[in-house]
Amino acid sequence: MPHQGKMESILEIRGLTKTYAGGFTALHGVDLDIRKGEIFALLGPNGAGKTTLIGAVCGLVRPSSGTIRVFGEDLGSHWRSLRARIGLVPQELATDMFETVMHTVNYSRGLFGLAPDAGKIEEILKALSLWDKRNEQIRALSGGMKRRVLIAKALAHEPQLLFLDEPTAGVDVELRRDMWQQIAKLRDLGTTVILTTHYIEEAEEMADRVGIIQAGRIRMVEQTSVMMKQLGRTEAHIRLAQPLADIPTMLDRFAVTLGDGGAELCYRGGDGAGGGKAEVAELTKTLVAAGIDYTSIDIRESSLEEIFVNLLEGEAQ
Amino acid sequence: MIAFNARSAWTIYKREVARALRTAMQSILGPVLTTVLYFVVFGAAIGGRMETMDGVNYGAFIVPGLLLLTLLSESTSNGSFGIYMPRFTGAIYELLSAPVGTAETLVGFVGAAATKSLILAAIILGTATFFVDYTILHPFYTLGFILLVSASFSLFGFILGIWADSFEKLGIVPVLFIVPLTFLGGTFYSIDVLPEPWRSVAMANPVVYLVNGLRWCFYGSSDFPIATSLGMTLAFLAICVAFIAWIFKTGWRLRS
Repeated sequence: MPHQGKMESILEIRGLTKTYAGGFTALHGVDLDIRKGEIFALLGPNGAGKTTLIGAVCGLVRPSSGTIRVFGEDLGSHWRSLRARIGLVPQELATDMFETVMHTVNYSRGLFGLAPDAGKIEEILKALSLWDKRNEQIRALSGGMKRRVLIAKALAHEPQLLFLDEPTAGVDVELRRDMWQQIAKLRDLGTTVILTTHYIEEAEEMADRVGIIQAGRIRMVEQTSVMMKQLGRTEAHIRLAQPLADIPTMLDRFAVTLGDGGAELCYRGGDGAGGGKAEVAELTKTLVAAGIDYTSIDIRESSLEEIFVNLLEGEAQ
Repeated sequence: MIAFNARSAWTIYKREVARALRTAMQSILGPVLTTVLYFVVFGAAIGGRMETMDGVNYGAFIVPGLLLLTLLSESTSNGSFGIYMPRFTGAIYELLSAPVGTAETLVGFVGAAATKSLILAAIILGTATFFVDYTILHPFYTLGFILLVSASFSLFGFILGIWADSFEKLGIVPVLFIVPLTFLGGTFYSIDVLPEPWRSVAMANPVVYLVNGLRWCFYGSSDFPIATSLGMTLAFLAICVAFIAWIFKTGWRLRS
């Protein structure tokens, strides 16, 4: 489960702008702070600038302007020492498919300047359930296993800040949940994790904080629980035994509407953090007291996905 | 601040050498077989019926040129393929995100490409003894010159591998430039035997100086002073290094 991160910033981005050679501006003066030890989910539609933002920190993209400070130091001036402490799991399954798992993970550790450590590599491979596959060529593995190999490569140099770009894309539900546990374990070991994802439930499940980026601009950064509370809603659909022509006056204090020709009473309100459920309970008591019978109640909390969509639609308008 | 990360460079070098060994049939046996065929046809079969050239038995005369033909094409090919493949597959992300700079990358990739060329050179020279009688007058100069040429053209190949955005472009430079320039660069003849204006035209071919440099290392005689050949090779190496330094500084075709 998500936990409250400490307040110390491990990554500070200020005024980050990236305009590509063709003139397209992918990032417009982005400001962002990532706290030490947290899992931060960066959400946004395709082309929002998520991968460009990660690329700028990891050395794949040359920023047009702005500053990036990692572990309190300027990335441009101290790139060698700072990059050694940053890991990246890319979106694409990009590696030499003819290498064995063991060889490619050892290569990653050496590339980042660390001495071989068989014990550490074994620990990483076992944690990702890759130990039994260590002598197999990567091309022989399933898609999910290949993605684990990329994670193992990124962890081989024991990074303190780890970027995961769509870590569970194309991974089945069971494996995805397994990988969530692995990522949570990393956080528990002190690694700061920044992930981008299309699976918003992933952010809801794992992230301490969520950032929403759209068209190269950060729209909102908030603790996941706070965002749910501020923007979330409870929705209840009460199927009435007899249709109503109008909403009775005793229900005026509730956020209700009539639907399906008066056969359904729809409630939408609360704060997305359980407050709405209490109101629905109060609403049903009021209905009973007023002699209005009902046959079923369908109640649910709005998801982060709905919040995300509503936010983007609101921005678009 | 670390100026050079030796472990990173060594890691890249080991991986690239391992990759070459993994494809030994294609990367080592192929070029060796091709060169041996040249020795059989031009050295043993045709060469046996020809007079000497520059006072050297014809079969022996072509050894430096044929060696250089393989070195230039293989160094260029190895240097280009090593960096092009991670660009093509996307695996370049790992190199770009690692704490490695120009020096480590060059030592790793170009060092491995040059090593493979040296292995090829050793095998070719060893194999040539079965078909032609030749001697090496200046073995240390020969080793040094082979090293220099291998490194220079591996660097050139590295540039090619960064410039190319398709397999077609990757293969077109060796086929359309390296091989013709080597064939026309005095591999099978001394440019002294060419009539004017072809002799003057041939002098504009940079490979002429390389072939003659290596021929001097073998037999102590060439169409040009060894200093000229050495100077041309060093100038080419310096241009390649400077261009690669610029690539890393600007991120040209590496970083978006």
